[in-house]
Amino acid sequence: MKLRGRVWLFGDSINTDLMYPGFVTTLPEAERPKYCMGANRPGWSEQVREGDILVAGKNFGCGSSRPAAKSLRSLGVSGVLAESINGLFLRNAINFGLPALSLEGVSRMFGEGDIAEVDVGSGYVENVRTGETKVAVPLPQALIHIIASGGLLPLLIKVGYLKG
Amino acid sequence: MGMTIAEKILANHAGVKKVSPGDIVTVKVDYAFQPDLAFTEDLGELQKVWDPDRIMIVFDHVAPAANVALAEAHKLARDFARKFGIKHVYDIGRHGVAHEIMAENGFLRPGGLIACPDSHTATSGAFNCAGRGLGLPEMLYAMAKGETWFQVCETLRFKIVGQMPERVMSKDVILHIAGRYGTEVAVNKNVEFTGPTVSEWSLSSRITVANMAAELSAEFALFEADRKVIDYVSSRTREAFTPVTPEADARYCETFEIDVSKIEPQVSVPHSPGNSKPVSEVEGTPIDQVFVGSCCNGRLEDLQVVAEILRGRKVHPDVRMIITPTTQETYAQALEAGLIKVFVDAGACVTNPTCGACYGGHLGVLAAGERCISTANRNFQGRMGSKEAFIYLASPATAAASALAGKITDPRR
Repeated sequence: MKLRGRVWLFGDSINTDLMYPGFVTTLPEAERPKYCMGANRPGWSEQVREGDILVAGKNFGCGSSRPAAKSLRSLGVSGVLAESINGLFLRNAINFGLPALSLEGVSRMFGEGDIAEVDVGSGYVENVRTGETKVAVPLPQALIHIIASGGLLPLLIKVGYLKG
Repeated sequence: MGMTIAEKILANHAGVKKVSPGDIVTVKVDYAFQPDLAFTEDLGELQKVWDPDRIMIVFDHVAPAANVALAEAHKLARDFARKFGIKHVYDIGRHGVAHEIMAENGFLRPGGLIACPDSHTATSGAFNCAGRGLGLPEMLYAMAKGETWFQVCETLRFKIVGQMPERVMSKDVILHIAGRYGTEVAVNKNVEFTGPTVSEWSLSSRITVANMAAELSAEFALFEADRKVIDYVSSRTREAFTPVTPEADARYCETFEIDVSKIEPQVSVPHSPGNSKPVSEVEGTPIDQVFVGSCCNGRLEDLQVVAEILRGRKVHPDVRMIITPTTQETYAQALEAGLIKVFVDAGACVTNPTCGACYGGHLGVLAAGERCISTANRNFQGRMGSKEAFIYLASPATAAASALAGKITDPRR
C-alpha cells in the first residue's frame, strides 16, 4: 500500500474536539467534515485535497472516540504521519481505513507543501523534495489488512454482521 | 518476567497463559456498553448481537435529548434495544453517565474487561477492571461477536505517597501528574496507580484518577482491588469475580513517585489538561461559569465537598454555577443528604444527570470569550461550546471556592 501526497503540517496534541467538535454530531453526516480543524486552522477543510498527507507532532488524535478519522478520510486525506499517535485515534484510523504511522522526527522532516511518499507496509517514508528518508515501525499485518480493506465496516458487511 | 495487571487481565480474556508487550491478542469482553451518542453515527445496521444480556444501552451524553437530531438518535437507541431484546437499557429517568452507571450496576468487577466507545472508559480501572475507549466500528464488532483486539503495551507505574494536604483532592494529584509528565506520557502504555496514598483514597477519589488517565493518553489504567473495591462491588452484584494483582517480578517501563504532601490545589489552564499550575499562580482570574459534574467529578463525594464550601453562602452575582450529578442515584443521594437544598439556596443551578456541559452538548454551553472553571476532565479548545471560550480544570473544592468569589480562588482560604 503506497501513498504519495502533498503535506500539511500540524503541531502537537491535535485533539478530536478540533477535528470533530461536539456540535457536529447533530448535523447531517455530509456536513460534518467541513468543521474539521475549524478552531485551530479555519478554512483548512476547504483547502485540503484528495491524496494529501497530514504530518503532525506528538499524541495526534488525543481525546475521544469521535470518528475524526472518518472526517479526514472524507476530506481526502490519504494518510497521517505523526511523532506519536494516540491509541484510540489509531484504532479509529485503522477501522476507517486511514493509514497512520508513528515516526520520531517526522514533523521536522517535512515543510508544508512538500510531497511525501509512504509505503505503509514497510513503514518507508520519503520527502520527495529533499530526498530525506526515514523508516517507521510498520503496523502489524493484520491491521494493514483492515486498512487495505477500506476499514472494518466493509469487513463486517462481508461477514453479514452489518448491513451498509 | 512476570505480568502487570493489564497483561494478566488480557491473558485471562485471551485464554492464554502469558502475554508480552507487542503481542496482538483477541480477547473476549465481559460486557459492551453503547452510549446514546453512538447512535448519531450512521455506520450501518447491525444484524446480530452476541448476547443481549451482556449489552447495555446508556443514555448519557445528551439526556434528555436537547434537539431533534438527538431525539432521533435516542429513538434509534431504543429501537436497537427492542430489536435485539436488550434489557439493560438506562433510559431517561434511570440514566446517568455510563461509567458510573456501569459501577452502580455491578458491571465493573475486579479482573474484568469491558468494551465501550467512550474515551473515559479507563475509569473502570479504579475497580481493577480493564477498559479503554474503542472506536465505533469496533464497538459494532464487539457487540456482534463479544470480542475485540488489543496490542499489549508496556506498563508505566505511578507510586503515590505522602499525606494529602487539606483541601487537596485526587483531582489535584492527577492534574499535577498531567502537568509534570505531559499528556503524552502514557501513549501506547498501560498505567498502574499504586502506593500508600492510593489505599487511603476513597473509591470515588480513585475513579477521578483512573478517569483522567485518558488525558495521559493511557491504554488501560488500573488499580489493585482492595477491601474498599471488593466491598463496593460485592454490594452491587452477586456474580463472582477474581481480583488481579501484578506478579512480583512484573516489568514496568518506568515508575514515577509522586509525593502528594507537597502538592497545592491545581488548575489546568486552556487548552490542555497538561497546562496545570498551582492555584496560586492563576488566582484572581475572572470567571463566568462554574461547572461541577461529569464522569470525572460529579459523584456524591464531590458534591459533599462543594456543599461544605457553599453552605450558607451565595454564588457570586457575576457567575452562574451549574451542578450536574453524575447519575440518578447520585442525585437521589444528594437529595437525601440535603445537598441539593444547599446548592439551590446558594443560587446554583442543579441539572439532571447528563454528560451535558462537559462536552458542550447542552446545559452549560459557553459563548465566545467566556471563562469556565470546570471539574470535568478536558479543556480542549471548543470543548464546551464556542471555540473562543476558555476552560480551566480544577477540583470540586477549587470550583466551589471560585464560584463564591467570582474568580479563580484557592479553596484553602
